[in-house]
Amino acid sequence: METINEFLDLWGADLWTSTIQTFQMVGISLAISILIGLPLGVLLVLTRPGKALGNKYVYNVLNVIINVIRSVPFIILLFFILPFTKFIVGTSIGVKGVIVPLVVYTAPYIARLMESALLEVDRGVIEAYEAMGIKTRHIIWYVLIRESRSSIVLGLTIATIGLIGATAMAGLVGGGGLGDLAYRYGHLRYEVDVMYITVILLIILVQGLQSLGNYLAAKLKKD
Amino acid sequence: MIELTGITKTFTGKQGPIHALKDVSLSVKQGEIYGVIGYSGAGKSTLIRCVNLLEAPDQGSVKVKDVELTALSPRKLREARSNIGMIFQGFNLLKTATVYDNIALPLKLTGLNKTVVKERVEKYLNIVGLNEKKNAYPSELSGGQKQRVAIARALSHEPEVLLSDEATSALDPDTTEAILDLLLKINKELGITILLITHEMNVIQRICDKVAVMENGEVIEEGKTKDIFTSPQHSTTKRFVNSLFSHDIPDEMLTNLNKTGHVATLSFFGESSGEPALALVSKKFDIFPNILSGSITRLKDESFGQLLVHLKGESSEIKNAVQFLKEQDVHVEGVKISGDNQRVS
Repeated sequence: METINEFLDLWGADLWTSTIQTFQMVGISLAISILIGLPLGVLLVLTRPGKALGNKYVYNVLNVIINVIRSVPFIILLFFILPFTKFIVGTSIGVKGVIVPLVVYTAPYIARLMESALLEVDRGVIEAYEAMGIKTRHIIWYVLIRESRSSIVLGLTIATIGLIGATAMAGLVGGGGLGDLAYRYGHLRYEVDVMYITVILLIILVQGLQSLGNYLAAKLKKD
Repeated sequence: MIELTGITKTFTGKQGPIHALKDVSLSVKQGEIYGVIGYSGAGKSTLIRCVNLLEAPDQGSVKVKDVELTALSPRKLREARSNIGMIFQGFNLLKTATVYDNIALPLKLTGLNKTVVKERVEKYLNIVGLNEKKNAYPSELSGGQKQRVAIARALSHEPEVLLSDEATSALDPDTTEAILDLLLKINKELGITILLITHEMNVIQRICDKVAVMENGEVIEEGKTKDIFTSPQHSTTKRFVNSLFSHDIPDEMLTNLNKTGHVATLSFFGESSGEPALALVSKKFDIFPNILSGSITRLKDESFGQLLVHLKGESSEIKNAVQFLKEQDVHVEGVKISGDNQRVS
């Protein structure tokens, strides 16, 4: 008991700040990534050859861009797009500086996950709505997205967990967070306890998120 | 009501072009139930999807209520489509929405206000007899119930035309009967014109006023259901009719029977015309009619029977007897023997 108190006295504040930083980074970049990734996923599905707005040029260009970005490991992407980051948010360090690479990394991933979720929707239902004279934008929202919401939630859970992993590397540009804490103190300064605790915290976080995702997905699924 | 003229549709398949529809013309009058029957791959599905332009024909004109649909702007086409209901083999309901919402949502999206939407949903759920299920999800319903929801959804837009794309093909025989009864009721009580496609002859038999038979992208035979049943011309049509009246008798037996007389199929409408006519034949002529097989079935408005009989006697007497039967409104068709598997017609 005493050792725990001692540990908390020593590291509690740092752990707390790091956790908050992780939540900040994940929360903000996830929100922005969804705003970019979901429409991108919809666009990928709609421009697929043979679909509503079938346009192989738009589809192929999007496809290649997404694949190129997804080929670059996050740690390299982080440095590779430094000038771009600086141009967008005016700085390339701190939480602010890390949001841009996190979004660049996550948005295409979400687009892919959304694409596969939306492709599961029964073509017949979309057709039924077309036959009733419903507008395409309404079909996208009320049929495509609504019907795949369970898969979307699962996809977003996967994306969020990937994002948490990426934030661990964010420490390299001064983003902070739990990963950074474990790396700096645990690895570089041989404070093994700190490493264990942060890893446990991350495990709890990931475990909790996955369970929440599964629960929501099951609840949204009605079949 | 529906006027298709010279519809041609070609798909590009992996092994060259597929001519799904070759210059098909069809005309459905107001208040009719019109059936298109054909085996899979005959082009009937493409045909029905051309009526509301889910599939745009390469050539030809599609007129519904005298409006040329192929010439409409996307916005006008959407308006026109809401006057054409459609139901499908796979029901195509939203899995994530309750029965109520499945009907209400499309209505809301077409801009109707809340009170009208509520009235319509209740009204049409009552018509299809599913009001107590309005809070259930599709996964909690049986196939027949799902199709009822789909029918209510289609009707709730108050269309004048209903297209049915194999609506009963995924259902068991009892449920099929019930759904067909519902379609009949809709046709009679709401005056909705129905164009349906199917591969089941009993659907045509039960509810259709007129029928077109399709094969290889063409309409090979067309007419009143009654006429198609009594005297099918094309071999495919004969196969469909025989799928209901299977008077299969062994070729050997047929050969023997033909030695002593004549085997014929007698078709008649109404409950009573067949048997007495046959009884009279035996009295009036020197002939012994022997019933080999027989069946009576219900067409949309009347019952239709077929008897396979052996008329034993002299050829001249048989000829007179056949003439007499024809005068009694009995349709007589001779039976020939064939080496292959061809069925009796």
